This record gives sequence, C-alpha cells and structure tokens, in this order.
Amino acid sequence: MASYALRRLGTVLVILAVMSLLVFLATHALPASTAAMILGQYSTPETLAALEHKLGLDLPLWLQYWNWLRAMLHGDMGQSLVMERPVAPMLWDAFGRSAILALCAMAIVATVGVAMGVVAGVWRGRWPDHAVSIFAYLGIAVPEFYWGLVLILVFCSTFHLLPSSGIGNLSDGVGSYVSYLILPVITLTLTLLAHVSRLTRSSMAEQLDSMYVKVARARGLPEHVVIVRHALPNAMVPTITVLAQDFGFLIGGIVAIETVFAYPGLGRLLIFALQRQDLPLMQAAILTLTAVFCLANLGADLLYGIANPRIRHGGAVE
Amino acid sequence: MLICCTASPTRAFATAVPLSDSTALPRRASVPTALIVGASIVTILLVTAALAQVVAPYPFDQMHIRDRFAPPGLRYLAGTDEYGRDVFSRLLIGSQLSLLLGVIATLISMGIGVPLGMLAGYSRGLIDEAIMRVLDIMMAFPPIMLVLLILAITQPSLMKTAFAIGILSAPPIGRVTRSVTLDLMSGEFMEAARARGERLHYVLCRELLPNVWPVLMVEASLRVVFAVLLGAVLSFLGFGVQPPAADWGLMISNGRAFVEKAPWISLAPGIAMGLTVIGISLLGDGLREVLDPRLGRRQ
Repeated sequence: MASYALRRLGTVLVILAVMSLLVFLATHALPASTAAMILGQYSTPETLAALEHKLGLDLPLWLQYWNWLRAMLHGDMGQSLVMERPVAPMLWDAFGRSAILALCAMAIVATVGVAMGVVAGVWRGRWPDHAVSIFAYLGIAVPEFYWGLVLILVFCSTFHLLPSSGIGNLSDGVGSYVSYLILPVITLTLTLLAHVSRLTRSSMAEQLDSMYVKVARARGLPEHVVIVRHALPNAMVPTITVLAQDFGFLIGGIVAIETVFAYPGLGRLLIFALQRQDLPLMQAAILTLTAVFCLANLGADLLYGIANPRIRHGGAVE
Repeated sequence: MLICCTASPTRAFATAVPLSDSTALPRRASVPTALIVGASIVTILLVTAALAQVVAPYPFDQMHIRDRFAPPGLRYLAGTDEYGRDVFSRLLIGSQLSLLLGVIATLISMGIGVPLGMLAGYSRGLIDEAIMRVLDIMMAFPPIMLVLLILAITQPSLMKTAFAIGILSAPPIGRVTRSVTLDLMSGEFMEAARARGERLHYVLCRELLPNVWPVLMVEASLRVVFAVLLGAVLSFLGFGVQPPAADWGLMISNGRAFVEKAPWISLAPGIAMGLTVIGISLLGDGLREVLDPRLGRRQ
C-alpha cells in the first residue's frame, strides 16, 4: 500500500510538472506580452526593452521557466497585472471561499446522494426508484449553471427569499452568511447528486442480488439489518471512489457556478484572469486548481485501495 | 459535464459484453422503452435541425425593435429577446450549432481514441503500456482547465471548441476501445485472422473494428452529451461560440441580465438543451440495454 501510494504521488508530481510547463508555454503564446501590458499604450521600444530586461523576459525560455517555477515553489506567485497587487494573498482568499462551497456541497452529496441511491436500490422498480431516476435525468440534462439560474428566478426574483449573488459578511451574523451560500451549494450538488445516487443505486441493487444477502435473509435477519449491515458497506466501495472523483469534478462546476452567483472564489478569479489576460494570476489559478484536482484523484485512488483489498495486495487494477 | 466521470461504469460494461464472431446480439422479446423514446427525440431533433432555416418563422438575427421582450405567444412562440429577435427561431438554429459541436467533437475523439485503443489492446506489451500511460496522464488534467487554456490563448470559434473537447474525450474512448479489444482478442475469428497471416491493418480495420463498433456507439452517445454540455458551459463563460451566433449557452448567458423581466430568453434554450441531452442519453441507455445481455437478464 505504501509503495502504491508513493508511486501515485510520483505520478501527481509529474502531472503538475507537465501542467506547469503547459501553462507557462501557453501564456507565452498569448499575443499580449507582460512588459507591454505593464507599460500600457505609452510604451516605446526602449522602455519595453528595458522592462523586459528587468523582468528577465529577454532570457532564454527554459531559464525563464526555471526562474518562474522556482518562485512559484517558494510561494511567490508574482504580481497581478490588472489589479497591481501580489497574486498569492488574493488567490488564497478566493481558494478559501471556494473550499467552503466545495466542502458543503460534498457533505450534502455524500449523505443525501447515498441515501437516495439506497432508497432507489432497495425499492427497485417501484416509485421511489422512478423518482430518483427522473431526478437523476433532470440533474444531468442541463449544465449546472442553468439550474443556478432557475433557482435565482424562483427564490430571489419571485419569492425574494435568498440573496442572488455575492458573499455574506460573517460580521452580519451567521444566518446572513449562510443565506448567501445556500443557492450556490444546492446548484453545485444537483449534478453530483444525480451521479452518486445512480451509482449507489446500481451497486446496491447488485449487492442485494448477491448470494450473501440471500443467506442473510434466509437466516431470518430483519430486512433493515440486511440492508444496513450487510449490503450497504459493500455497495459503498464504488461510491467512495466516485465521491472522491466527483470532488475533482466539482472544481469544473465551481467555475461556472461562481460566475452565475457572482461568488468571489477561485473559479471567478480564473475567469477574470483569462478575460483580462492577466498572466501571473492566470498561471497561479490554473496551477492551484490542477493541484487540487490531482490531489483529489490521488485521494480517490488511495481510498479505493483501502476499501478494496484486491488492490491493497497488489492485484491488477483494470 | 457529468459524463466525464462516468467512464468507469461504461468500462465495466464494455468488458462484460462477450462479442464474438459467432454470437449474434442477444434477441430480446421487446425493444426497451428508453430506446424508442430516445430514438424518437433524437430523430425529431435531427429533422428540425436539418430543416431549421426552413421551419424557423423568422431569420435568427432579425430584430423586431418594437417587439423587444415580447412574451411567448402566437406571434413569437418562445418570445423575443432584448433586441426583439425571435427566441424560437434562434433555438432552431442553435440546435444546429449544438449538434454540430457534439458530433464533430465526438468524431475527433473517436478518430484519436479508437485507433489508439485498438492498437493498445491488440499489441499488448510495451506499446500498450506506453499508450495507456499517455492516456492516463491526459485524463489526470482537470478537463475544463485544458479547454479554457486552449480557448483563452486563441480566438474562440466553434471548430476550436469542438477540437478542444474532442481531445479531452479521446482518452475515455481509447480506454473503452482497448478493454473491448482485449475481450475480443480471444475470439476465434481473431485467431483465424492471425492464422491466415493477415496484416495488422486488415486485422484492426476489417476484423476488430466491426465488433468494437456497437459498444462504441453507446460510449459515443455519452460523448455527444458531454460535448453539448461542456460547449454550453464554455459559451456561457464567454470562451466558446461568440455573439451574435444563436448558440444555446450564449443565449442563456445573454438572458441572465433580464431573467426577472423576460425569463424565457434564458429558460427556453435550457429546455431545448435538456430535451436534447435526455434524448441522446435515453438512446444510449436503450442501446446499452440491448447490447448488454447481463443487464437484460437482471431486470
């Protein structure tokens, strides 16, 4: 298990290195150069050359990459060109706000999604199953941001129950802070709920059909014991992996949803950076999101290894 | 969006299908409802998309300045937007863009994924290892980042979006193809082809491909859905198709500002997209039910 974990960690480092190279090269392919952006429209060829020399932009590309990477690893993410502030503090603030959204959403998906899947799996072919499956179809039929829009229309424009955009201030009380989180979190969960409940349903159904469940029933155990103590732990194995993978998927969803709800998180920061071609901010945001995604995938693999003894003991994973 | 993480169930399914030369597809007493409903929706969709220019009551970019924000009614079936453009006509034209994006992206991903997957599954050993590691690394990137990066550094266009999504979808297609190929390798028809000393090209294209095809159709339906949804997210964020195109994601995004005053501008394209996605998903689910004998027995 330890060597497996180390090997997977190695893969994550390789991916981060490749991504950093990609991001670096991609931002260098942009039409806008850093020096030209800083100097604006009043630049002359001389000032441009001087600034490029000062910023090290006239060095060979590999040396620039090395300098950039070294600074990144030391936590120096450079200065935002548009906002003219250091990137790192901005990024961490946004990261924290996005993490709150993501963790709340994950908690709901892990509990409600699994419960829905179990209910559908146990009452297979009956109305709870159909209800969950209709919900699942609705959840995946349109992109999450669309549901965000529908929720805004219902809860903000029509009933004026919840704020439609922005983020609350903790000093105004917890209630107001939470009220800003409700809609984005619900929107984030919808698609994932569909996914997790469908998966739990099918693995639950598979377990309930298996021999050991029949034996447990034959022994005269009450049905709820059979479901909760016997079938559920086994049905959870694939669900755990998917939950961890979904965490990575959440990052993609967060970009669109933070835009819909004008929530000042990492996703919105990234879109801002991309739209304004703010190179340092763009690089830092993409790398952070990639790192989180890779670590979530790593976590998923390790969890799967723990939950599934065949992998722990070096069996084939195919 | 969701479809990107549903690769694993499909993979499990793909390995479970014993397709070989001698076994015909299992005959089921009845055609699954999902298949009928899905196929009908997709057929209607394809026909309206093909005839969009003929069916549309107005040109998609014609502005009726006096009828701005007109609610849905007999004159404008789905209302008009902030320029007085007929939303229904735009929906019809938008269906062409969405389907085009979905199909092109899927074709690109299959063009890359299928040969790689077949080659990996057929040759095993070092080539297999090399191909699969590259696909693994490609899949380890957060999907939307890669696409956003590509679209942010170049001028966005429909073809670029399709290309970016296609590349993103190639690894899952490759993996499914490989696992199906691995299953087929033990088939007698493969042995016969090898015994006849057929060339690699012949074995892959004439023996393997026709047998891999049915399973790939299911995977392709997932990929079309993925492309349509991701394409909508990208246009919504402003990195996909550019205005004044009648793209669904773009229409939803434009309507956001008027969601209280004229909700139909945003809601109508979402409903159209939902119908499209559900139709294609049902078609895929139905196909899977027909193709997967294990699933058929269980129900």
